Amino acid sequence: MIYDISASIDYSYQVPAVLGRTLLRLMPATVPGAQRLVAGALSVTPGPSERIDRADFFGNAVTELAFRTAARSTVFRLQARVERLAQAPSLDLTPPLDRIAEELRAVPSLGPDSPHHFLGASDRVRPRRAITAYARTILPAGATALAAVQAVGRALHADMRFDATATTVETDPLHAFTARHGVCQDFSHVMIAALRGLGIPAGYVSGYLRTLPPAGEERLAGADAMHAWVRAWTGIEGGWVEFDPTNDLMVAADHVLVAVGRDYDDVAPVKGSLRIAGAQESLQRVDVIPLGPRESAQMR
Amino acid sequence: MPPAGPPSDPVAALLGGYAPLPGVADELVDGRGRVRPGWQPLLQTLARPPGEGIAARIARGDQYLRDAGVFYRLYAESGSTERAWPLSHVPVVVHEAEWSQIARGLAQRADLLEQVVADLYGPGRLVAEGHLPPQLVAQNPEWLRAMVGVTPRSGHFLHMIAFEIGRSPDGSWFVLGDRTQAPSGAGFALENRMATSRVFPEAFAATNVPRLAGFFRAFRETLMAMRGAKARIGILTPGPMNDTYYEHTYIARYLGFMLLEGEDLVVQDGSVMVRTVAGPQPVDVLWRRLDARFADPLELDGQSRIGTPGLVSAVRAGRLDLVNALGAGIVETRAFLAFLPRICEVLTGQPLILPNIATWWCGQPAERDFVQEHLERMMIGPAQSYRLPFDAIDGTVAGDAADAGQRRALRARIAAEGPSLVGQEAVTLSTTPALVGGKLAPLPMSLRAFAVRTPEGWQVMPGGYARIGRSRDATAIAMQRGGSVADVWVASDAPVPADTMVPATTMVQRTEVGGLPSRAADNLFWLGRYVERAEDAVRLLRAWHLRLAESGTPDRPLLKALGQFLRLHGFDPQAGFAETLAARIEDARDCAGKVRDRFSTDGWVALSDLAVAARAMCGRDLAGDDAARALGAFLRQVSGFSGLVHDNMYRFAGWRFLTLGRALERANVMSWTLATFADIRAPEGALDLAVELGDSLMTHRRRYTIGTSRETVVDLLALDGGNPRSVFFQISEIRDQVARLPGGDRQPMGRLPRRVLELHTSLAVLSPPEVTTTRLSGLRSATDDLAGLIAETYFG
Repeated sequence: MIYDISASIDYSYQVPAVLGRTLLRLMPATVPGAQRLVAGALSVTPGPSERIDRADFFGNAVTELAFRTAARSTVFRLQARVERLAQAPSLDLTPPLDRIAEELRAVPSLGPDSPHHFLGASDRVRPRRAITAYARTILPAGATALAAVQAVGRALHADMRFDATATTVETDPLHAFTARHGVCQDFSHVMIAALRGLGIPAGYVSGYLRTLPPAGEERLAGADAMHAWVRAWTGIEGGWVEFDPTNDLMVAADHVLVAVGRDYDDVAPVKGSLRIAGAQESLQRVDVIPLGPRESAQMR
Repeated sequence: MPPAGPPSDPVAALLGGYAPLPGVADELVDGRGRVRPGWQPLLQTLARPPGEGIAARIARGDQYLRDAGVFYRLYAESGSTERAWPLSHVPVVVHEAEWSQIARGLAQRADLLEQVVADLYGPGRLVAEGHLPPQLVAQNPEWLRAMVGVTPRSGHFLHMIAFEIGRSPDGSWFVLGDRTQAPSGAGFALENRMATSRVFPEAFAATNVPRLAGFFRAFRETLMAMRGAKARIGILTPGPMNDTYYEHTYIARYLGFMLLEGEDLVVQDGSVMVRTVAGPQPVDVLWRRLDARFADPLELDGQSRIGTPGLVSAVRAGRLDLVNALGAGIVETRAFLAFLPRICEVLTGQPLILPNIATWWCGQPAERDFVQEHLERMMIGPAQSYRLPFDAIDGTVAGDAADAGQRRALRARIAAEGPSLVGQEAVTLSTTPALVGGKLAPLPMSLRAFAVRTPEGWQVMPGGYARIGRSRDATAIAMQRGGSVADVWVASDAPVPADTMVPATTMVQRTEVGGLPSRAADNLFWLGRYVERAEDAVRLLRAWHLRLAESGTPDRPLLKALGQFLRLHGFDPQAGFAETLAARIEDARDCAGKVRDRFSTDGWVALSDLAVAARAMCGRDLAGDDAARALGAFLRQVSGFSGLVHDNMYRFAGWRFLTLGRALERANVMSWTLATFADIRAPEGALDLAVELGDSLMTHRRRYTIGTSRETVVDLLALDGGNPRSVFFQISEIRDQVARLPGGDRQPMGRLPRRVLELHTSLAVLSPPEVTTTRLSGLRSATDDLAGLIAETYFG
């Protein structure tokens, strides 16, 4: 499947503001065997005083910007074409949950994909007794690692209510879990906490999601969203798998990956040092448009 | 009557009363009860009869510390307070033969730590080859992913580090912990030395103690060598709320480096710049006293309010040297102590010269079982603690202190949470003599040693400082819980050369003075304003109380007007003024506290004394003549402070901002005072009051043979360029200072100098009848505008 993705984030300020230093993680990634960035451009208006494009520890594309003059607005605009390869459904070759610790010991690595980064506490997610206890109650007896990931994701999807207004970007996963509500960030953070509590290394994925309009309706422009889901390590053979707890599914061709990290802080699409006196507003628009067979053919 | 028997040996008598504990090493006497080498001169002094002035000498040492303003910050649930430095006056003496062995071991360990840090941020071989468990690194908050793959510009991660060491019961030394993040204490070691050498001058000379200055010179040269003679070096501090902030200010003055906070810095095109009153100025090397995680909110801890966005980017760009590198704190991790002995052999082929405290990480089955089996000889604590073993506030518990139930719970915890725990041998530290109630008593101690990287290898400070426990319990050593500190003397058999920080050349060098950071300028400006504001308030209060004493009732029109004016200044004279006044002085002291590195010690002590004097007036319920007398005394003290500042402070840009603040406040308040009390509708006696508030009674009497009239008062207090209390005098002062500030003489004129000159000229051409109340009010708001312009030009 090939997608044309456009995303824009517009900030406007009541009083002209100097945006300062800002990090952007908006560019889709290339993941061998799963996803290929065909072409991509990230533009910034007004133009920054400095711009550095580089990769971070986890290999995510980062754009570092510095602004030194005041402006009334800032616009980040992404245009990208991405080829998403459909993943064949795989057999469950993962070990029983209680063997994960042993398999972990056989991975003496600090590389970006090493599962060791994704256990224990990170800045935003740490194992919580209540969440771990919950995960244990829904766990099938003798579950494999993969089955455990799916069971936890499915249970959270069933028990947590999607609510776009109940939480903020700062919400503690424990609060979201206690109230059983939130958005994709909260679903993902809670699921990560649950998996880590069970001893399964788990991380956060940010990306774009293609959404389908209700039957018989036209797709609304800009209505797609930046999305978040979970990746989990299921042993040496099973490796990393991705699960979307907000939609209760194994991640496939509808999800376009941008960045991976331990939690939201590692992958925040926009991270800045803006200090501002007046009010500010922000507006996000995302379109994930699948190219028809004709366009796809032209691409070759 | 002849003396009975031979005269008793006073040293023997002194030692007779000193009883080290069995099974514990002691610094003064060895296992066989013999005095260790190097202690004799000190014992001679200590053994003198009480009449010969030991107490007076100790008082002299303490006075030194008080005068120098040495303090540390003590944290408690109710907030934090500054505490006097708890010096234990008897130094710890270590003979050079022993010390050189310690120094050799520490130099080896420093090299080892450098290799470990370099590997963890580089090839990762130690983990890949199984010498260090991956989760102790990957789940370690001090392993900064942003720094992985970034090689420091200088090629080294560690430049200035410290070690906590102790002596075991068998007499050998061992390492309790490594300090690589932002080690504190080197400056305190210097202060301990200054004070202790005052208490024991003869013994100090006779013990041939090598000076500490050589170590600091080597450190300074190390920092300079990173960028050559023109290196621009700063010390990065977390700020006044840090527990060792005093040391940061002290060492900044001692080494002659700028003291900077995160908000002083801005990153531009990969370079780190200091925001100064003369615009952004680059800085090349930062000695970091700030924990790495807080250094950059953008790439490290996003919650940090004391960092500099982009600092990591500057390091990545190879423009900034940090001492020590960001992320170097990882080798402070307690669990690493379990692996370092083996890593030393793997990396260097040699065993550790100085062992470290025996440590077992409970993430490994065999080690966990060993800890379980020997629980009563263990301290159990967090694997990822960065604290020293006896700092129990991180939840470390002693296996033998627990009762049977607690021990069961501890065992269960070790079984369940092994990877997050370590067991460490419950060590017994040596004791050292301290004066307790005039007698020597053995108290447990550990010693902090320092090492600096030089081109010739690691140089270990000959000395350091000792932490001494309050009781015989080794866990009471931490200063936060009432322990004390002592100097460490390395005793030599041969005389040592005198040494100072002054370079050994005959040429006098003037150190380059860096630009004044905008934040410091801002604080000095407000310090000037606050002190002046307090002084004005005291004059007003004194005038009110004097008149109250004369008339006996606050209902007279003039008293009412004065009371109203005081209320506009934030004072209610009838409700008692002392609390408000004390708060004002404390505001001034807080400003000074933020720029202590730029402020003379005398000035600081004078200001602290003022704060104490103001607090002393609280709760005394003063009124009338008593109040006036107390306020008069206070006024003289304020003048003492001002005199100190204006006579002794070097005319750096910082002094100009202090002076500007004072002049601006004076001009402002005098315009206001005249607008109120020289107004034609003001009550009877107001003109005399204005002259009194302007401290100009004598001058008025001499200049104008007549009594006060509106014209004479306005002439003297608004227009007279020779009267240091007049508005015109202050505006002239502001004009002079602004002209000497960076950019102050630029053509075409900037907005600030132009506005000042306009104001000066408009005032210069006035005659007394033209100085109406309206004009005076306008003058007052003009000074407010100037303050805004100063802030905009220099503090933004």
